[in-house]
Amino acid sequence: MQKFANPAVFLKLANAILPYLWLITAVLFALGLYGAFVTSPADYQQGESVRIMYIHVPASWIAMFAYALMAFASAIAIIFRHPLADAAAKTAAPIGAVFCFLALATGSIWGKPTWGTWWVWDARVTSMFILLLLYVGYIAIWQAIEEPHLAAAIARIVALVGSVILPVIKFSVDYWNTLHQASSIFKAGGPSIDPSMLWVLLVMVLAYTTLFLALHLVSLRTEIATRKLRSARLAEIRGN
Amino acid sequence: MISPAIKALLWRDLTLARKQGDGLGAALGFILAVIVMVPIALGPDPILLQRLASGMMWLALLLAVLLTAERIFQSDFEDGSLDLMTMTNVPFELITLTKALAHWLTVSLPLALIAPPLALMLNVDSGTLPMLWLSMITGSLALSLLASLGGAIAAGLRRGGLLIAILILPLYIPVLIFGVATTTLMMGPQSAWPALLILLGITLLLLVVSPIACAAALRAYMR
Repeated sequence: MQKFANPAVFLKLANAILPYLWLITAVLFALGLYGAFVTSPADYQQGESVRIMYIHVPASWIAMFAYALMAFASAIAIIFRHPLADAAAKTAAPIGAVFCFLALATGSIWGKPTWGTWWVWDARVTSMFILLLLYVGYIAIWQAIEEPHLAAAIARIVALVGSVILPVIKFSVDYWNTLHQASSIFKAGGPSIDPSMLWVLLVMVLAYTTLFLALHLVSLRTEIATRKLRSARLAEIRGN
Repeated sequence: MISPAIKALLWRDLTLARKQGDGLGAALGFILAVIVMVPIALGPDPILLQRLASGMMWLALLLAVLLTAERIFQSDFEDGSLDLMTMTNVPFELITLTKALAHWLTVSLPLALIAPPLALMLNVDSGTLPMLWLSMITGSLALSLLASLGGAIAAGLRRGGLLIAILILPLYIPVLIFGVATTTLMMGPQSAWPALLILLGITLLLLVVSPIACAAALRAYMR
């Protein structure tokens, strides 16, 4: 892993991988969306609105994956002083936050026809909303502190404390909701998923994952360029 | 057993809090404002107030503590006292822990201690009042530890208040849930002890995590 610590090596690799990654993403999305809109059947209870699942479930999955990646990169940054780890954590956060928002928004749109309401303080919805707040806090640190090294040091702590407390929050929210469970909302939990829907969902999860990876690589590339630009400007100022 | 440096620091912080007194005063004013405004906003119906009382007490305590979070490290950071504290032979984590404890003793604990009469003003059920009191006293330490974490993360920032709120509010959620759960459980047939014990567990977890994270953040600012 230390080999990719050199940004030039990393950039070369990223540039080589990215076109293929975009291609795979496009193919997976074409396949997944075709399955979502054409081949997969409408649900016997929810009707056509079940198709929202194919964009909703992968989004929430990526939102959690991105947070895990962010915390992992922060740990790597502390333990190994890997120079790209901070940049990886920093760039994963906004993408993860967008997917988190997407999961909440699509869930809300899905909730209106099926649950009859835009928003429910259900355990899952609530913990997803808290995840969004944690993302916002993490991004705010990078915005609030101008000096990049200091911002990185503080952001690592925020990400790691968040990942330590996150299981406690998740557990407490689950506990809280089961205590006050409104049984009218979750009647049956729905039928277990049919294979004709399952493969579409899995393809969509893969498509979202490759999309996330591609966006993350592009974002990392931009971050490295921004750093170079900053140090070049500083060198220019010092030279004068 | 306790090193003299820690004792001196605790004494210093307690004295400073006593002489200045603005931290507790502001927080107390906030709680009083909430207790007075809630019945006016929601109507004086005793049954409604009884249902909301413990939640409102917890919310008032939590936000009042949040209000004082910015001050915990800021003045010591700005006048350089914190730099001196890093130079003692005491681990810096113990120093941040001591400052969090001083905050608990001077702000959160007094606020939790005066809760019963205020809760009675909100018509809290007198059977659940002892448990509410106990849970607020236990949880107030967790609130102070989290507030010190927020204060440390925003110590070097000019206007850290909003940032502290964004960062710390999600972390307050478990404390709030189990704090309120103790009293809601008592209204039903279940025992309130499990919720109280979990609240205690969360407090103990924070007792470990918070000083370490505080010390790391403050070290980053002072480098």
